[in-house]
Amino acid sequence: MTQYLLSVHMSEGDEVPPPEELDRMYKAVDDFNEKVRSAGAWVFAGGLEPIEAATTVDGTRSEPIVTDGPFAESKEYLGGFWVIEAPDLDAALTWAKEGSAACAGKVEVRPFQAEPA
Amino acid sequence: MRGQGGGPPVPGRARLSPLQEVERVFREEYGRVVASLVRRFGDIDVAEEAAGEALLVALEKWPAEGVPPNPGAWLTTTAGNKAIDRLRREAKGQDKHRQAMQMYDDELPEPTGIVTDDRLRLIFTCCHPALAPEARVALTLRLLGGLTVAEIAEAFFVPETTMAQRITRAKKKIKVARIPYRVPAPADLTERLAAVLAVVYLVFNEGYLSTSGEAPIREELTGEAIRLGRVLRELLPDLPEVAGLLALMLLTEARRSARVAAGELVPLHEQDRGGWDRRLIDEGHALVRECLETNRPGQYQLLAAINAVHTDAPTAADTDWAQVATLYTQLYAVAPTPVVALNRAVAVAELDGPGVALAEVDRLPELQPSLTSYHAWHATRADLLRRLGRSAEARAAYDAAIAATANEAERAYLSRRRGTLAT
Repeated sequence: MTQYLLSVHMSEGDEVPPPEELDRMYKAVDDFNEKVRSAGAWVFAGGLEPIEAATTVDGTRSEPIVTDGPFAESKEYLGGFWVIEAPDLDAALTWAKEGSAACAGKVEVRPFQAEPA
Repeated sequence: MRGQGGGPPVPGRARLSPLQEVERVFREEYGRVVASLVRRFGDIDVAEEAAGEALLVALEKWPAEGVPPNPGAWLTTTAGNKAIDRLRREAKGQDKHRQAMQMYDDELPEPTGIVTDDRLRLIFTCCHPALAPEARVALTLRLLGGLTVAEIAEAFFVPETTMAQRITRAKKKIKVARIPYRVPAPADLTERLAAVLAVVYLVFNEGYLSTSGEAPIREELTGEAIRLGRVLRELLPDLPEVAGLLALMLLTEARRSARVAAGELVPLHEQDRGGWDRRLIDEGHALVRECLETNRPGQYQLLAAINAVHTDAPTAADTDWAQVATLYTQLYAVAPTPVVALNRAVAVAELDGPGVALAEVDRLPELQPSLTSYHAWHATRADLLRRLGRSAEARAAYDAAIAATANEAERAYLSRRRGTLAT
């Protein structure tokens, strides 16, 4: 089994959908999460607060520097993610298609590095 | 030379030197050998290295001892032993335990597919939608066609290092993202097969559309595509689009030698039909008949049927244009592209006259504005305007068509046509 990161990216200026659509989306994501759990593919998942809440820390120098804002200026940023376990990419892509439909956003699929033996 | 699409024997093939003969057999068997090793060892690099080592042994033994009766099986066994030796060596000290264990287990659990040929699994891996389209083509030619990286690079006019990186990246992605090595489930088969057929047809067109006589590797691509088409046909005999694609390639290939004369493109209606390869045409027609009986039409089958109508006519004047127009209408229903509409207009011109066809052609850029930079759109307009006696407009259209194509044979043809216009 391989673990895959299924990440959802938001674009700056994406409009917030109307409440009833938002409710439908939350419900769809909840249902999807439940499905992932009961299939035994669930590792971890979460949605993130908007990028305005981000703080960047640079601890690579003698004096760590803390700055307000994201690591890199970008029009896109991570909005949320799932970490799932799947036997191969086809299985991961099947989950990603469902997850993308549920959260109404594009999903990027990336394998985690194999654990060192 | 190899993979001549089942045409007549290549002159000189029997006179190959022993070393050339080994290389020819190796190429022909390469896809089968590598596919089998990938299944067994679950790793493309291991499979390719082992196949390469088996070639070295063959080069040493075969010229002296002769080619064994079943060279594919011989190469697979030899390569398998080489891979086991290598994995054993590497297993010492390293934790390659799992891989090393697999070598004793030929009966790895396999997902059930409709067919279990290793090459079929491998082509679905090579043409996986998670790989970039150009990587799919390169991997398919490398792993199933046995072409070298240098040859693939030459065929696609990219530097060898670029092509090597492209292939290495794709193989790495297959490995780390775990792109599976299996025939897709029936529910996904149609969609995934479409990607495979697209790769094969792209390989064919790369070879066919560039017929200029200066890049032999590119011409070899058509033979390679037909060979892959035959493999798919053999492995998936019940899928009519597979038969359709093979028929389409055979009927197109059959006209190859008549298509260019003295460096100039010869359009279909001017081609010397005696120069067409009857054997390929008969084979293509049989496949088209089979598709008609199955009656589950698709894009490739319809294109093949259109080509069958053309190759069925003893002279250009005998062409059943009503049939061609009907088939293009059906094709437009499944593949509504402006290019299909353009080709239908050509048939309409033969049925209802150039005036009606020109009106249709002039409306097409509304569907897709980029058509105005497509040489065939200008060339079709030019021809219709010429037939309507509108020389000045025809001349401008020929100029636009010539400016829009880089193919020398095509430019030569268009220039000559422009020269025949009344002033």
